[in-house]
Amino acid sequence: MITVLDFLLLLFLIVCAVAVARIRDLLSAVVIFAAYSLVMAIIWQMLGSPDVAITEAALGAGVTTFLFIAAISRTRRTE
Amino acid sequence: MDDLVTRSVCRLMVPFVQLYGAYLIFYGHLSPGGGFAGGAVVASSIILYALSFGRETAVLRVAPGISHLLESSGGLWYLLVGLCGIMLGGNFLANKAAGFYLGIPGQLFSSGIIFLLALGIGMKVSSTMVTLYYNLSAEVNDEDGHGI
Repeated sequence: MITVLDFLLLLFLIVCAVAVARIRDLLSAVVIFAAYSLVMAIIWQMLGSPDVAITEAALGAGVTTFLFIAAISRTRRTE
Repeated sequence: MDDLVTRSVCRLMVPFVQLYGAYLIFYGHLSPGGGFAGGAVVASSIILYALSFGRETAVLRVAPGISHLLESSGGLWYLLVGLCGIMLGGNFLANKAAGFYLGIPGQLFSSGIIFLLALGIGMKVSSTMVTLYYNLSAEVNDEDGHGI
């Protein structure tokens, strides 16, 4: 039984994944990827694994974004 | 990057993020979290500070030498606590078999060496990520004038 909230979160996840792959601006792609990780953390929590959710929120939305921004600041911003 | 809003929000947020990271490390055997997640949260607070105040200010607070030292000593600490199990007559990382104090389940000091191991893991993970950021952001002011 899939609820409306589940459906909305999964739809947002798919839209984010397609947008990250298709967007040309790398900084925007990093921000969308952080939003993807945040929604993924909420989905992990709803699936009943809070441990993975905390790690996903700390690593996916936090440290990975910082490292990508640091890498972009040393290279070009557009593809 | 010299923005008043970013610096003010960062100055407010960093202590609470570090407190939450310490909570995740210390209560890793009772609630979700643990050494890895707590170490990542602590590291992200230090990286947030370095992003908003600049690398030069962050190096004054957490020097790269101290970060390297914590990284190595975290791994050594895990190894030493594990070897205590062998010295006390059990296997490597033996907990109850080596006679450690287990306490009452549900309390903070109730898991023998798991508490100490999570401390070592948190130290190692947080200093590893800070060192990674310092290495990535070194010499960031290239000829284009980009900077963090």
